[in-house]
Amino acid sequence: MAETVFARPESLADVTTHYCPGCTHGLIHRLVAEVIDEMGVRERTVGIAPVGCSVLAYDYFNVDFQEAAHGRAPAVATGIKRARPDLIVFSYQGDGDLASIGMAEIIHCANRGEKITVVFVNNAIYGMTGGQMAPTTMPGQVATTCQLGRDVESAGYPIRIAELISTLRTPAFVARATVHNPLVSVHAKEMLRRAFRYQVEGRCFSLVEVLSTCPTNWGIPPAEAMGWLEKNMLPYYPVGVFKTPEGGSREPKPLVG
Amino acid sequence: MTKKLMKGSEAIAEAAVQAGCKLFFGYPITPQNEIPEYMSMRLPQVGGAFVQAESEVAASNMIYGAAGAGERVMTSSSSPGVSLMAEGISYLAGSELPVVIVNIMRAGPGLGGILPSQGDYFQATKGLAHGDFRVLVLAPWSIQEAADLVQDAFDLADYYRNPVMVVGDGLIGQMMEPVEFREGRKPIKDLAPKTWATTGCDGSRPTNVVNSLFLDPEELEQHNIRLKAKYDLMVADEVRFAEYRTDDYYDVLIVAYGTVARVCSTAIDELREEGIGVAMLRPITLFPYPYEAVREAALKASAVLVVELSAGQMIEDVGLALARSRPIHFLNRMGGMLVSPDEVVAKVKAMIEGSSEEVHIG
Repeated sequence: MAETVFARPESLADVTTHYCPGCTHGLIHRLVAEVIDEMGVRERTVGIAPVGCSVLAYDYFNVDFQEAAHGRAPAVATGIKRARPDLIVFSYQGDGDLASIGMAEIIHCANRGEKITVVFVNNAIYGMTGGQMAPTTMPGQVATTCQLGRDVESAGYPIRIAELISTLRTPAFVARATVHNPLVSVHAKEMLRRAFRYQVEGRCFSLVEVLSTCPTNWGIPPAEAMGWLEKNMLPYYPVGVFKTPEGGSREPKPLVG
Repeated sequence: MTKKLMKGSEAIAEAAVQAGCKLFFGYPITPQNEIPEYMSMRLPQVGGAFVQAESEVAASNMIYGAAGAGERVMTSSSSPGVSLMAEGISYLAGSELPVVIVNIMRAGPGLGGILPSQGDYFQATKGLAHGDFRVLVLAPWSIQEAADLVQDAFDLADYYRNPVMVVGDGLIGQMMEPVEFREGRKPIKDLAPKTWATTGCDGSRPTNVVNSLFLDPEELEQHNIRLKAKYDLMVADEVRFAEYRTDDYYDVLIVAYGTVARVCSTAIDELREEGIGVAMLRPITLFPYPYEAVREAALKASAVLVVELSAGQMIEDVGLALARSRPIHFLNRMGGMLVSPDEVVAKVKAMIEGSSEEVHIG
């Protein structure tokens, strides 16, 4: 009898997404769904969708969902988790949502140590609204609101969220991962697995920043997006574990291999 | 149950707890801080949770999450804080989530002052935030009524799956009066189980999604039509008002709400002692507004006096109710100043003597 070695996770809805060719949202959705399945917590998981490209995430995950106002997902997550601490609560947020309009909510949610998991997808640009500059847009990177490239003299440098959150004293699990090739995606899944595990064990707030692509708004062919991420984003946004509730080092550990 | 002397803010908070409120999220702002302070002590005793939010913006989104998870939840604030909650309230209405919001109004605009005002009438009843929606607005005139209305607010919120706002002012918040909590209180509405809440999908139902996003305009219009039908039902079923001394003959009808109506009742008693025919209609629901009741009561008088702690906000609804059938006079104070019974007495006398100017609205 044939053994199933690969199938759609139950936590992922059997639908076509609206994501562009070369975008890694679908991949990250799948990793999150696999982790939820493997932990056996689908039936008590509630996700929170952001405002941004993943605004329709509630259609793509096969778990209960709440749609939040722009940037407010960590506040909504706080409300859900405090109301029903038995639920596994995760927010899925992009860089405009989390690192710009939602900065206060994410900082204070992390600082209170809300026992939720945040999946922070950083593609260095606003996708949904058409390619405007994000807080994470790279120096010199062209966006529709910085058409000569991001000028750090007037717009400052990109915000490193994983590093920022990991400065808080409250115990947490904070990591950064990337999904630009299969090997690093396995690492990304491991980071997500750890993040969810800490929540399932009721230990701490957890956040995984995942570097992602946006060929449509970067203005490059889909096939070149992974290389662009690796060349331009990876040096500025190092991958690794920044903080663990056990008090682990804040220095990112290099990816093996 | 015996009566207990309580500060308004604490009575509001205790009433909420006794109505089954399990969660409170709020941000400090004067003059309502006793509500979150009391909740921070009381909710853990009943297995609930209190969180001091980083802002009113966050608080309004925390109540969204908790309400979406099916629990009874409340927040309170004062005028500038309610403006910050506007975002969350629009999403709550759009996603049809039941919450109770208490606004202990203070004088504005901007930072304004911290003393009593009714300057948020338009905000509460007409323009709370973006989009086509309404919230039920209840306005108590005593501590006892504040406690009762807060408890009713939870039932109304659950029944309509809609935010309910209780508006008071600094007097309601700070005054102490005897309060009695109804033992074994039953909900004032038949409440359905919250099968729509995001409590985790155990496979026995499709996944629940709490959401106000409808990208398809036809779908959104259907949602708008359904919401409007709900608001129409509130207008048909939830109008509340009280009358004061309308059984006796009256020449002047006062229309006032909240603590201002308390002041007016004292003035009416004094005027009646002098044989002057004056009565009052007091709206308890500001949305839905008691247009019919105001009109009927006004038609028995020869003139109407509106008394408000604002530049003139509710007076526009009185104008709508009367449709120019009776002259309207106006007495107000602003900035945190209160109307005194003497001022009301003098105004009514001026109206009768013909030395008060009629107000033309709009």
